[in-house]
Amino acid sequence: MANDSFHGHPEVVTTHEVHHDEHHVHHHKETFITKYVFSQDHKMIAKQFLITGMIWAIMGGLMSVLFRLQLGYPDQTFPWLEDILGRWARGGKISVENYYALVTMHGTVLVFFVLTGGLSGTFANLLIPLQIGARDMASPFLNMLSYWFFFGGSIVMLASLFIQTGPFSGGWTFYPPLSALGDASPGSKAGADYWIIGMALFIISSLLGGLNYIATILNMRTKGMSMSRLPLTCWALLFTAILGVLSFPVLLSGVLLVVFDRHAGTSFYLADIFVGGKALPNEGGSAILFQHLFWFLGHPEVYIIILPAMGLVSEIMAINCRKPIFGYMAMVGSLFAIAILAFLVWAHHMFVTGLNPFLGSVFVLLTLLIAVPSAIKVFNWLTTMWRGNIRFTPAMLFAVGFVSLFISGGLTGIWLGNSTLDIHLHDTYFVIAHFHIVMGVSAFFGMFAGIYHWFPKMYGRYMNNSLAYIHFWVTLVGAYLIFWPMHYQGLAGMPRRYFDYSQWLSFSQFSDLNKFISTVAMIVFAVQLLFVFNFFYSIFKGRRVTSTNPWHATTLEWTTPVRPGHGNWPGEIPEVHRWAYDYGKDGRDFIPQTEPVGPNESKHH
Amino acid sequence: MTTTGFFIVAILALGFLITFQIAKASEYVSILKGEKKSFEQNNKINAFLMVVFLVLGLIGVWYCNKLLYKKTLLPYPSASEHGENIDTMLWITLIITGAVFIATQILLFWFAFKYQHNDKRKAYYYPHNNKLEVIWTTIPAIALCVLVGFGLFYWFRITGEAPKEAMQIEVTGKQFEWIFRYPGRDNTFGKKYFRLIDPGKLNQLGMLWSDTTLQGPSRPDHHDHTKMVSTSTELKADPAGFDDIIIQSKPMYLVKGQPVKLIINAQDVIHDVGLPHFRLKMDAVPGTPTTMWFTPKYTTEEMRQITGNPNFDYEIACDQMCGNGHYSMRGVIKVVTRDEFILWRAQQKPAYADFNPNAGGTAPAGDAQPADSVQAVSKVVK
Repeated sequence: MANDSFHGHPEVVTTHEVHHDEHHVHHHKETFITKYVFSQDHKMIAKQFLITGMIWAIMGGLMSVLFRLQLGYPDQTFPWLEDILGRWARGGKISVENYYALVTMHGTVLVFFVLTGGLSGTFANLLIPLQIGARDMASPFLNMLSYWFFFGGSIVMLASLFIQTGPFSGGWTFYPPLSALGDASPGSKAGADYWIIGMALFIISSLLGGLNYIATILNMRTKGMSMSRLPLTCWALLFTAILGVLSFPVLLSGVLLVVFDRHAGTSFYLADIFVGGKALPNEGGSAILFQHLFWFLGHPEVYIIILPAMGLVSEIMAINCRKPIFGYMAMVGSLFAIAILAFLVWAHHMFVTGLNPFLGSVFVLLTLLIAVPSAIKVFNWLTTMWRGNIRFTPAMLFAVGFVSLFISGGLTGIWLGNSTLDIHLHDTYFVIAHFHIVMGVSAFFGMFAGIYHWFPKMYGRYMNNSLAYIHFWVTLVGAYLIFWPMHYQGLAGMPRRYFDYSQWLSFSQFSDLNKFISTVAMIVFAVQLLFVFNFFYSIFKGRRVTSTNPWHATTLEWTTPVRPGHGNWPGEIPEVHRWAYDYGKDGRDFIPQTEPVGPNESKHH
Repeated sequence: MTTTGFFIVAILALGFLITFQIAKASEYVSILKGEKKSFEQNNKINAFLMVVFLVLGLIGVWYCNKLLYKKTLLPYPSASEHGENIDTMLWITLIITGAVFIATQILLFWFAFKYQHNDKRKAYYYPHNNKLEVIWTTIPAIALCVLVGFGLFYWFRITGEAPKEAMQIEVTGKQFEWIFRYPGRDNTFGKKYFRLIDPGKLNQLGMLWSDTTLQGPSRPDHHDHTKMVSTSTELKADPAGFDDIIIQSKPMYLVKGQPVKLIINAQDVIHDVGLPHFRLKMDAVPGTPTTMWFTPKYTTEEMRQITGNPNFDYEIACDQMCGNGHYSMRGVIKVVTRDEFILWRAQQKPAYADFNPNAGGTAPAGDAQPADSVQAVSKVVK
């Protein structure tokens, strides 16, 4: 192959191997604490991220069910809510401040703790060492810290739900002055400080993890694993980690300035404010500055969420179509293009902030440019399916669902990225529909696909297929039923983050629809619980995996034992001789990456 | 918890249990039947469901449109010229993205069905084709250029300078209401300063209605650090503000056909002046005034006839999360004819009169005769 020059120095690889083999043979005694709690095994850390993420996802989902209850049935009371939630729902009705707290925490939890921590944390940890042929991460210790900072951040964020003034309630975007002024909203009192501390810990976790992923992919690939032979999952996770490492510090610094404004009397974001019956001393700050800093992370963040899903889906598509992924280099190139453009489009969230219209126009151009690599990816997935021999494993179903949702949500991005349309649609339900489909539900679909597909690797058992089919079809249909009609609410100009629409002439016509959406949301949530049950039940009671390579896949993780120990391969690390996508080549169903290229083998791509 | 609550939980738990038992049973059955056979069966069912989903989905899209289109703003004309541009842009975008949506979704689910597993079929080894990649790079790029072109053309039109004859109105957002200020008969807004805001003294906007000395915090002297210097500022009253009209918890009045430029402020947190019927929106940012202009096309009365809704009103909706009352931050705009507007303006008393009832003659507009002000106002308006 022409790209052989890419791959790592053989000497270095050998030293690694020797070192690790030694490690493996004289294994330290594992105690419960070192194996399950402060584990440095990337596979265990992946499981810790996954299960913590799942707990967060259940809570975040439950929050949405609770506030959908208010939106669907604004004039009813549910006495049992008071039994469960206490003062959050006095008289069986969620109060305004708690409604906004729920909305805010739903966003924060799902965007950061589930779809960033839970998704990247799980699959980067699980797949990077296994797929590149490494015994563990570059620094297993930092990797462990990464999880425990995530855990710490989770605890602080969770604690904020229980403080007297309530958790932060000004929206997950944390815009000051609202987030900086305790007098402007009860959630901006102690809740905002908890939010900041929780996020700071989360960001540290994300940085430790991200640096580790990058270092591991660049330095620890096994012999023969050139960059151009990497599975697309690893490419996607690499770009994700780079995005995170470059953008999360900006959020941290932006939020740090809010801390100064809150507690040190500075005026980074505050100017000319009269609140709580008095004028504040702050002058000269710019509230919009925060939005620039926030979205400099915030926009890459949506790609941090979606790129891993794209990687997982690409891999699962190829395996279950029994065909190579179509256009491997174009797939890598489009990931790269998306990663670059992700940093150049942040101000499309700010078209109506009073941004200079010329600056806005530049961001329109760059934003719509992202549609090009996205289109390439979609067409490549479609061509991968074309003339395949498709097995509908649960993972494949979710991969197909992912593509469908990514198309639907991606196309409305072309609406919102165009400043002219954004003037009308900004902060309406159209936006809710767009981003829930394209980065909420579809990222979840990528995550589900990954969980179903790699569950045998994680636990040596299968998940139940029938429950998985029910899970898939109800979730796909439900997601469209919930979010598709919201486009129409957006086209009526209906603003997001409203507690009650009944006093509005322009928006109250949707009360039936709101009821319908809320009902579907509850059903879909219940089905997710079925998935959770399936997951935990299958860990202990699922059908056992008997062969090392149950999906007939080419990549290295399936050359390890069914339940690999710390170090992954009992013997030497396998050497790689080909790319990851030799499916259906020369009449053979699949050729593992470890198989040397035969003398009569036809040349591939 | 009430009995119904228990009952619902019990039913749910039972449903879960039954689903789970069936799922488990089906797993045993599949082992009995042989893995291959049950895989083939499941594969057929799922592949079939893919087409079912496609067909029902497309019907659903059509049905959803039928139900909900009439509830959007699109069946009626936009109430401003800018809004018409936005609607045009919307249709162009809808046609392009709609076509792509239908084509790609059909391909996706059709392929899923057509290329489902079959023992006889061999997957086609097709790793790449540069010509295809070039095609689906350039075609989307061209389509997007078209969209960017139209989009920016309208964008610059909408965000361009307001016409000179535009009526100016200042909009101030505060938790959780809108305050409107008209410049009065001198057509000039009086100066204001946020430290002078004093709702108790009826100075909601902090108008410079009287000479004021502002006591700032004391700070150490630059030269001699042992001394403290008090920082006080003298502010002169601005007579231009004596005739300003301030409208609170009442509608904003606009003239049909006359451009209006809104100068937008906020007092506490970020708000957003959202005008769905005019298709416009602009943030209200504390410390950073923003502007937005448009030309109303239909009076409220005309719009009532167009929509067939006798209660119709143009609403201002806050579109930026601003605290717990965000959802109730509602304003109303009345678009009227020029004559009606002149009449309305004549009835408005300058806010200064309430602030300083004893001012008498010093407030130039306060003692104007109604007939006078009608004339005066009409000069301002045109």
